[in-house]
Amino acid sequence: MVDRIINFFTSLRLTVVCLALALVLVFVGTLAQVEIGLYAAQSEYFRSFFVFWTPKGTHLKIPFLPGGWLIGLVLLVNLLAAHIKRFQFSRKKIGLILIHAGLILLLGGQFLTEVFQVESQMRIDVGDVKNYSESGRKNELAVVDTTDADKDHVVAIPESLVAKGGEIRTPALPFTLRVEKYYPNTLPAGPMSAGAEKMKAANGLGQRLFFSPEPVTRRMDSVDLPAALVQVVTDKGPIGEWIVSTWFTRYPVYTNLDGDIAGIMPNVKVEAPQTFAVNGRSYEIALRPARYYKPYSIKLLAFNHDLYPGTGVPKNFSSKIHLTDPSTGDDRDILIYMNSPLRYHGETFYQASFEDNDAGTILQVVRNPASLTPYVACSLVALGLVTQFLMHLFAFARRRAQQIKPPPPRKAPTAPVLEPALANGKGRHL
Amino acid sequence: MKKWLPLIAVAIFACSFLGGFQAPKRKDGFDLAGFGRLPVLLDGRIQPLDSVARNSLLSIRGKSTVTVSNEPTLSALEWLVDAMARPEEADKLKIFRIQHPDLEGLLGTDKIGLEYYSFNDLTNQFESISEQARKLSQSEQADPSSVKLRTPFQKDLMHLFNSVQLYSRLKSSLEPEGTRDFARELKVYESSIGPGRIALGQSEEGKAANQEDLQRIAAFFKRYTTLSELAYPMIIPPLTGQSRQDWRNIGADLMETLRSGQIHPAATDYAAMADAYHSNNPAQFNQALASYRVWLQENELYPALKKGSHEFFFNQIDPFSNSMVIYVAALLLGCAFWINLSEPVRRTGFALLILAFVIHTLGLGFRMYLEGRPPVTNLYSSAIFIGWGACLFGIFLERIFKGGIGLVVAGFIGFATLIIAHHLALSGDTMEMLQAVLDTNLWLATHVVVVTSGYASMFVAGILAIIYILRGFFTRSLTSDIAKTLARMVYGIVCFATLFSFVGTILGGIWADQSWGRFWGWDPKENGALLIVLWNALILHARWGGMIKERGLMAMAVFGNIITSFSWFGVNMLGIGLHSYGFMDKAFPWLVGFDVSQVVLLAFALMPLRYWASFKTSSPPAPPAGPSLPAPSAIAT
Repeated sequence: MVDRIINFFTSLRLTVVCLALALVLVFVGTLAQVEIGLYAAQSEYFRSFFVFWTPKGTHLKIPFLPGGWLIGLVLLVNLLAAHIKRFQFSRKKIGLILIHAGLILLLGGQFLTEVFQVESQMRIDVGDVKNYSESGRKNELAVVDTTDADKDHVVAIPESLVAKGGEIRTPALPFTLRVEKYYPNTLPAGPMSAGAEKMKAANGLGQRLFFSPEPVTRRMDSVDLPAALVQVVTDKGPIGEWIVSTWFTRYPVYTNLDGDIAGIMPNVKVEAPQTFAVNGRSYEIALRPARYYKPYSIKLLAFNHDLYPGTGVPKNFSSKIHLTDPSTGDDRDILIYMNSPLRYHGETFYQASFEDNDAGTILQVVRNPASLTPYVACSLVALGLVTQFLMHLFAFARRRAQQIKPPPPRKAPTAPVLEPALANGKGRHL
Repeated sequence: MKKWLPLIAVAIFACSFLGGFQAPKRKDGFDLAGFGRLPVLLDGRIQPLDSVARNSLLSIRGKSTVTVSNEPTLSALEWLVDAMARPEEADKLKIFRIQHPDLEGLLGTDKIGLEYYSFNDLTNQFESISEQARKLSQSEQADPSSVKLRTPFQKDLMHLFNSVQLYSRLKSSLEPEGTRDFARELKVYESSIGPGRIALGQSEEGKAANQEDLQRIAAFFKRYTTLSELAYPMIIPPLTGQSRQDWRNIGADLMETLRSGQIHPAATDYAAMADAYHSNNPAQFNQALASYRVWLQENELYPALKKGSHEFFFNQIDPFSNSMVIYVAALLLGCAFWINLSEPVRRTGFALLILAFVIHTLGLGFRMYLEGRPPVTNLYSSAIFIGWGACLFGIFLERIFKGGIGLVVAGFIGFATLIIAHHLALSGDTMEMLQAVLDTNLWLATHVVVVTSGYASMFVAGILAIIYILRGFFTRSLTSDIAKTLARMVYGIVCFATLFSFVGTILGGIWADQSWGRFWGWDPKENGALLIVLWNALILHARWGGMIKERGLMAMAVFGNIITSFSWFGVNMLGIGLHSYGFMDKAFPWLVGFDVSQVVLLAFALMPLRYWASFKTSSPPAPPAGPSLPAPSAIAT
């Protein structure tokens, strides 16, 4: 029994089957992007153990293909098992060993990346300074004590906790937050608009700007925009309730919203913080993209968007920034442009996008502890492939040279041989 | 005689190629070649007027020449000069191609079945055509995804509409269309700027102004504003002291003159050329042209002048069309060798293949020099490069194995890829500027070149497999020696393809990591490359495991053609992702056709051996009629 399991996991047939399934998966997963977008296709096809099919009009989930993780895992086990079982070092196999060691590292590294990579954006207007980046999808409920002139005191509560509803208590705040309502995705609704369900508030923007629930989005190019009705309760009782939403805080959503409501609510800027006071201290409350604070700050000196002369085709985007880091004493100008990111403090800053009218830059910030593994893995595989290829080529050339030098009798046509050194063992890995 | 055959064949084709090096003759005394070399700025790059003419005519007519009944064929440049300076002549030329019968019907019953139409043929119907085109673009603006769903009629309509617009713009690129004496007009304009300014100032202050001066300058203002919106290539270069990129079209330049008060010397010279051309005065034309060239040299524009001349020369020698013809010859000679086994025929084919490769390499190198870029920058150049790489493979295969196989592979792929490139060129300038993210020669030189080499080797393996299947199934010429040789070739090239596809894909990942911050993002083009790597790994493992033999290897190599074509063209047609830099709906039926043909070949490959012509009669001794692969020694001696 154990032998059979070992044979199964070390067989070359398993490798071939996995490769074939991977081929089908990648093909189907690519076509699926046309319908459901890149993000959903990634999570359904490549970052999953099974790909499910739901027949129209049902809620069945029928697995019809192994997902990327399952195939990757089986291939990894197959590779490791075959190497452990049959490992024997020889000069002839050094190329193959390098190739497969590299592949193991590549698969492992990609797994680490999936688990540990954190991506965020840093959006800076020209002339502004920022010391944090923002998540593209995650949000937090932030309560900021702004009483002290020289520093703000921030309490950030993850959206997942807000989603649970009920009361949120923390020793960092002298009051309780009571989540009265929460919708994971919403649309603003004016006082006059129809709609079954509307979230309203007694204080702040929510007095005039209401929100209706929306189905959660699955597309890559749009994010969910949650809203919550939060009541602030002190030991003397409630002092008010506010609607908080990323409609007020996520760029460029709030700028569009400002434009949309300009007719009915002139002079209202939705991104302006909603405030209240408790015990003589002033607070701001907002549901905003989760922030990652840095021990250093970045100032955007200039953003450039060059075009080819006489066309609208962009030639280059670049951000001239100034980096100030009190902990290391770094205090310098840096130019970030296409294909030339800034690497600092374990994070990499890429020129990703820009604000309307070139008013500011948007940098992609990536923290990936496994970022070096693909480089090492690929060097190993490439080295192995080149070794293997050259060994074949030399063997071939040697044999040909032997064939040509002493002219053989013309009785049988002898064709040159380009036989692989490893075609002898049937069904054996390596 | 037989000994000299290769030499004679090479001499004939080489002479025909070298004949193109001669500068074209003057037409009726006009130095049109000199005019075609003049540099202008269009699509973000300096190019000669000759390139403007060729690319415009290609996109309008689908060909780079105009045929006129009972008269010699017009070159693109001759057509452009006519359009710019003698529009009444150009309006008679049949350049607009209409294929859809409904669109032909729109033009009136007397004109059905012409295929090519002149501007004069269209004038009466142009309003209804633009009305329909406008409606279509409005509905497409509301729903951008519907652009891909255009019916054949709508495609033809939009192509006609865009062609007429382009043509109208070209007609107003040298002077306002229909001008008789542009040089004099410019003088009048220059002299009326001063009084016009004074009159303008007076009327703004509320004083009495000279109405005649005011009206004249207002008329010029209106005329040149329209011209600046219409004129297409930027023909007026920057003056000394201005940024080298500050080129303008003739209208914009004349608007600028309103500020400077002085006519640009280039405008004066171009006006003289235009007048000379339509008053049929070659001496004056050539003199203005020479004076403009001198001015360019004296005003720090020598680099632009040089670029114009070099690209003109490149257009003129047309290396890719020349090598395409020679590839066909090599292909035919390779096939002929299989039938009669005549060694001189094979040697002639081989010599021609080398000649085609030399010319192809020359063209590739020249393009790199003109663009200042690595060989592959867009789909067009990838086709050129795949043909080149496949030809290199073919030369090696033929040199090592003899037997004509290398000739057929290189001849076929060289020809096919250059045909593909020719059709890709119909959509516009093939040396277009690169989007910001692609603008890195290091990665273009490594990732793109290596991946494209991978494509080339996949196609070589696939064509070798097709030779195996066709010769084995339909003829009795596939001896076991030839079969074994083919299998070795395919195996070796699959190994090569694995190496290049893998390394190329990885380099792409590293580039993505450098510019987007992620090594792998499951983007369609990335997946396409991954499919090739997976397929190669599958072939190699299946072969090592003994799961496939000779025929299985061939079948898989043929399927590799489908995967490679999907990766090369198919993913771009999905219209999504970061690499969708060229959606070509026109190519879609061709891609499907190619894939279907490969499936048919696969079906033959999988037929039981008893249906194979080469394998079914194993018992009677095979007559030596079928061509067999000569032993290397036979040729070495």
